[in-house]
Amino acid sequence: MTRRTTLSAGLALAGLLVALEAAPALADGRAFVSNERDHTVSVVDLTSMTLIETIKTGRRPRGITASPDGKLIYLCASDDNRVEVYDAQTFKLVKTLRSGPDPELFVLAPSGNPLYIANEDDNMVTAVNVENNELVAEIPVGVEPEGMGVSPDGRYLVNTSETTNMAHVIDTKTNEVVENVLVDSRPRYAQFNHDGKQLWVSSEVGGTVAVIDPANWKIIKKISFAIPGVNKDAIQPVGIRITKDGSKAFIALGPANRVAVVDTRTLEVEKYLLVGQRVWQLAFSPDEKLLISTNGNSNDISVIDVASEKVTKSIAVGRLPWGVVVVP
Amino acid sequence: MRRMVHAAALAAAMAVTVASTATFAPALAQEQAPAASPAAKPAAAPEQTFRIGVVRQVPPQPPWIAPLSAPPEDLGVAGAELGIRDSLASGRFLKLDYTLATEIVPTEGDPLAAAQKLVDGGVTFLLLDVPADQLLRIADALKDRDVLLINAGAPDDSLRQQDCRANVFHVAPNRAMLTDALAQFLMTKRWRNWFLMIGRTEGDRLYAEAVRNSAKKFGAKIVAEKTWDYGPDARATAQSEVPRATQVGEYDILITADELGEFGDILPYNTWLARPTAGTHGLMPLSWHPTMENWGASQLQSRFFKQHQRLMQPLDFQMWAGVFAIGSAGMKTRSSETAKVRAQLLAPDYDLPVFKGVAASFRPWDHQLRQPILLTHATNTVTLSPQQGYLHQRTPLDTLGFDQPESRCKLN
Repeated sequence: MTRRTTLSAGLALAGLLVALEAAPALADGRAFVSNERDHTVSVVDLTSMTLIETIKTGRRPRGITASPDGKLIYLCASDDNRVEVYDAQTFKLVKTLRSGPDPELFVLAPSGNPLYIANEDDNMVTAVNVENNELVAEIPVGVEPEGMGVSPDGRYLVNTSETTNMAHVIDTKTNEVVENVLVDSRPRYAQFNHDGKQLWVSSEVGGTVAVIDPANWKIIKKISFAIPGVNKDAIQPVGIRITKDGSKAFIALGPANRVAVVDTRTLEVEKYLLVGQRVWQLAFSPDEKLLISTNGNSNDISVIDVASEKVTKSIAVGRLPWGVVVVP
Repeated sequence: MRRMVHAAALAAAMAVTVASTATFAPALAQEQAPAASPAAKPAAAPEQTFRIGVVRQVPPQPPWIAPLSAPPEDLGVAGAELGIRDSLASGRFLKLDYTLATEIVPTEGDPLAAAQKLVDGGVTFLLLDVPADQLLRIADALKDRDVLLINAGAPDDSLRQQDCRANVFHVAPNRAMLTDALAQFLMTKRWRNWFLMIGRTEGDRLYAEAVRNSAKKFGAKIVAEKTWDYGPDARATAQSEVPRATQVGEYDILITADELGEFGDILPYNTWLARPTAGTHGLMPLSWHPTMENWGASQLQSRFFKQHQRLMQPLDFQMWAGVFAIGSAGMKTRSSETAKVRAQLLAPDYDLPVFKGVAASFRPWDHQLRQPILLTHATNTVTLSPQQGYLHQRTPLDTLGFDQPESRCKLN
């Protein structure tokens, strides 16, 4: 009952913000937001900018992604040690998949199968066949594996281990670690750009993003951030998204409450966008007109208009929103 | 808690434990020769072994021990073991090896002899949980040996000030850091009038001194001070004695300085006025607590629980931090030479992830690990200091403890 009240109050507030602001770009699509403390997924319709459904999930939902056709939503239910698969239209639980213990983040192979899962408590990456739920491989990595990225051709899987401070490069043909790249403290997220020529790895505690050349796995540059009035300690890069044309990267900066906009050619920060508190993960709408950020401590998402690089809206979701994926 | 128990993972963790805590073979002599310079070809760096030791002197027993706070036998050492395991899990990718040798010294024993034994056996990184005077004896005796000392236990302010030593780093927070952390929170709450109740030990006197300094630093007022003189075990008569002992007029919060644990636990709900308690009991400033969950802390808690079948206490955390400081510095130096590791610990870009929201690092002026401090009661972490709004030109962490201008430490 209490939650319902809070939710509607939040909605009213979001509505107010809508009224106050200029009309943003419209985008089709639905954002699915995992709420770590609520054990729910919020579904936000990006045309009407409203919360249309709250799905009850397994405990401590964190990593969230979608099948390439956008029909299925995959969700890590960390405390239930499983991956849950939801129908993106009906919001019904379709099936659950094995995940290994304490799944936090995962990435789907570009082909849609298999699913590579970071087992945070077990120093392991688990590969699971999403069709038949069979275990494909268990790959030992460093301590507290978290970030998962896969090259566009599916050849290389990259896992970051938060305590080992490395990006582990795994050859998906042999499922073996072929390279370890030492990065700054607490690497959180790994993201290839769309032509596979750059790998971006964020280091939460180190406060930097390493841009790595996949041709030789050497660091091209470490991007650092400086925001007037924000203490350096509070700048903690986490989620990364790069536009399809490869021109811009957006980086969530955690308790700095900003998303950095980076030119991928010069690797310079161009702008900081003020979003909600403790911004964690990011997702584009399918047409890339909008970028959504999950704001863990303000329990909302921010909607960023990608063309104008402006934050146009915030929409209340559940408690401690963690991850987000948008499907058509 | 529910996440911590997982039988299969447990078995795996135990297996790793056995492997990682294997003690030294005596054949360490060849390690004593100065290592050949690995600088020639960093890519083909030879295998490096970091020989880490722990000396812990069992502290004096309090007159009584509350059943919930009985110290486990492997207190502290368990944290060092997890530090080794975490370092190994990371170091294996770089062909780095980490070993642990432990000496537990009885309360009346001589920790210097134990320290010397470990160093003679090849240990070059030595973690200490010994009283301050013993720590100074050890630091001075080993001054010319190739060994880096890490104080994981002694909270004495003097070790960071006039008695600081160039060969010692401190991962344990000192009393001034702890009481500053508490003071910031109490000022944020506007509980600024403090009643200070002090025990009879030297540690209590020093804790009280730190409380007074923090009050002055952050603008609180100590409106009353008393020494606890109702005997070592007043549990049976607390209901009549504590109300009398606490009739001191108006105050906002009772602050206890009782490091040994003689009376702090019997004050709450027995005070004359309905007031909260803080300090060594009640709301406690600590380096760590089992209820700490955010910022990845639950992962460290869960790794610790899997390995040791109990909850992670502050000394466990401090020992873990000491070992992992060496482990993570070693990942960057890729060399176990103490001079290189020491330089890395003091490098401007060195950071130690401590699962408390921001990275920890060593203050160059006194080698103290600057880190957030938890404020917890028995079953919850209420907040972490520094509190919001306490600003600093370098890092808010330097609002806790001795900042550079206040430092009386001369390391050279």
